[in-house]
Amino acid sequence: MKLKYFSAPYLVWMVIFIVVPLLMIVYFAFTTDDGNLTIKYISDVGQYANIFVRSIWLSLIATAVCLVIAYPVAFILSRMDKHKQGTMLMIVMLPMWMNFLLRTYAWMTILGNNGIINHLLNLVGLDSVKLINTSGAVVLGMVYNYLPFMILPLYSVMEKIDKSLFEASADLGCNSLSTLIRVVIPLSAPGITSGITMVFVPAISTFIISRMLGGGSNLLIGDLIEMQFLGNAYNPHLGAAISLVLMVIILVIMTVMNQFDPDEQVLM
Amino acid sequence: MKKLFLIISAFMIAFSMVSCSSEPAENSGEEDEDISVQTLTVSDPEYYTKFKDKGISINVYNWGEYISTGADEGTLDVNSEFEKLTGIKVNYTNYATNEELYAKLKGGGASYDVIIPSDYMISKMINEKLVQPLDMDNIPNFRYIMENFRNQAYDPENAYSVPYTWGTVGIIYDTTMVDIPEEEIDWDLLWNEDYADQILMFDNPRDAFAIAEIMLGYSLNTENPEELENASRKLTQQKKIVQGYVMDEVFDKMGAGDALIAPYYAGDALTILAENEDLNFVVPKSSTNLFIDAMCIPTSARQKEAAEMYINFMCEPDIAFANIDYICYSTPHQAAFDMLDEEVRESHISYPDSQFIADKTEVFVNLSEDASFKMQNLWTEMKSAEDETTNKWLVPIFLIFCILLMIVVLIRRHIKAKKDIF
Repeated sequence: MKLKYFSAPYLVWMVIFIVVPLLMIVYFAFTTDDGNLTIKYISDVGQYANIFVRSIWLSLIATAVCLVIAYPVAFILSRMDKHKQGTMLMIVMLPMWMNFLLRTYAWMTILGNNGIINHLLNLVGLDSVKLINTSGAVVLGMVYNYLPFMILPLYSVMEKIDKSLFEASADLGCNSLSTLIRVVIPLSAPGITSGITMVFVPAISTFIISRMLGGGSNLLIGDLIEMQFLGNAYNPHLGAAISLVLMVIILVIMTVMNQFDPDEQVLM
Repeated sequence: MKKLFLIISAFMIAFSMVSCSSEPAENSGEEDEDISVQTLTVSDPEYYTKFKDKGISINVYNWGEYISTGADEGTLDVNSEFEKLTGIKVNYTNYATNEELYAKLKGGGASYDVIIPSDYMISKMINEKLVQPLDMDNIPNFRYIMENFRNQAYDPENAYSVPYTWGTVGIIYDTTMVDIPEEEIDWDLLWNEDYADQILMFDNPRDAFAIAEIMLGYSLNTENPEELENASRKLTQQKKIVQGYVMDEVFDKMGAGDALIAPYYAGDALTILAENEDLNFVVPKSSTNLFIDAMCIPTSARQKEAAEMYINFMCEPDIAFANIDYICYSTPHQAAFDMLDEEVRESHISYPDSQFIADKTEVFVNLSEDASFKMQNLWTEMKSAEDETTNKWLVPIFLIFCILLMIVVLIRRHIKAKKDIF
């Protein structure tokens, strides 16, 4: 009973910094400057539908690419010697020690028209390729920045898979492919779900990546929201409405995702 | 492993030694050139003693890098000089955009005594009564402000603001790659298809629309929806040859030669020109936007008189000169202008001739809410117009994907439910 009191500070914290801001967003989205109720801003969000679709599309691609890259990496990592795992994990984490902006900025110089890649291509005698200011560059930026968020949850789940399970599955006549499909993937499913969440949610609301690597012509929702609060558009009500719609979309996508959470499939 | 560390640390030490040994050499070189130490004389020392020993402090909210800090050898540290002279403590903080400043004032979370917004934001703040009229009797140094910069459209009676700096918008271009003589360069260079994919453009609607509006012969402050639409169409035409929409990235992209042509503000252009000597800056002859940043006092200010004293201090010739010398924008202050090097005074970049300023430039004022909303929408529409071709399949595919996903989920649930029965 007494333990309850210890959680009080955390509850207060949650109310002040999570519930109240959420309510403020809802309030802003449904009121005008004079405080009158309106759904004008929510309906105005409709005209940005193509920006929403593009953001969702690009972040889905980025999430898929992250999953494809991270899955084998996490698996190999989890099967290494314990002391090597530490070093390798550190290498995975290393880029995250650097400032996020700086990492994206570096890609600007790598992909630029006179950048490193084009420079090398020219040296070999090939023509320059337009790399920066494309949606591909935006996806690359997302993948690069959010890859560790996919690797880490996958790794922590896979690390717990007992080696003897693989032996058992081999004993029972599985080849390596069916071991992967029937043993590894079901057991790592919670890692996949949380990895996807951790990549998809920040990717869909990012704004600086699209501005730096997309050349400002690949607007994402994050850019749109930023424009409403710090940019020339200055319209916090519309900004709040866009954020609210974005939140609902993420919520829907996450609910769909959670349907795949295979609670009963776990073999234990 | 240990060896590797040794090698790396050896490199680091070597590097730091190289940088240490080179720095003092540079410094001493500079000192030789510039021995003069700036001193401060004020016109009316009596005036500044009013609040001495009263323990007053004022909050000054300014752009970043927008005041002389005494960081360079021999220059004045404006804020500490003010504190020394008047005994008023200055709490100095920075903002990055006019909108950030506006949001802070509107939110009412903090109280500031002196702010330095730009033209259109000042008119917006006057309309919304966020700034208060100044008592010009407390700012005698207003007399130094050039006639050209008084009573501007954003503050027609000059009751609310004292101009601090100004500048124009022009075109930075690479002289080695753009073979058009300087006199013939005009805004249409930004639409020239010979330089496709080498052109940068402003990443904010107001500045970008202004260029299109100049080309179409409209006012920069037009609120006519039809004219805004035409300007937006003009920008859409340009889009296919634009490499990117950027703001501060201009510094890197132009400096590194990643792009050949970009419109930008005169003060910042000087910084970029210093980086890459192939570049040149031209203020187009046809017309351009003149921007003015001016000092104001918010309605919520706690120390109005002390704030006016600060503004007056900023208009002391010595102080105005120190500031303008540090920030490289153009000054509206006659005495400070006279103190500048002749080379700077004659520079077409910083100081285009006054006839041009009077006839061919226009200052932004705030647009009505409808007009700025319209502009904003046209802008986002224009920027996302690229996908008009891809858009057709993007939405349906996404919808189909969602529907398929839902079907899969439902089927799975159904199967699961069946299994549970057995």
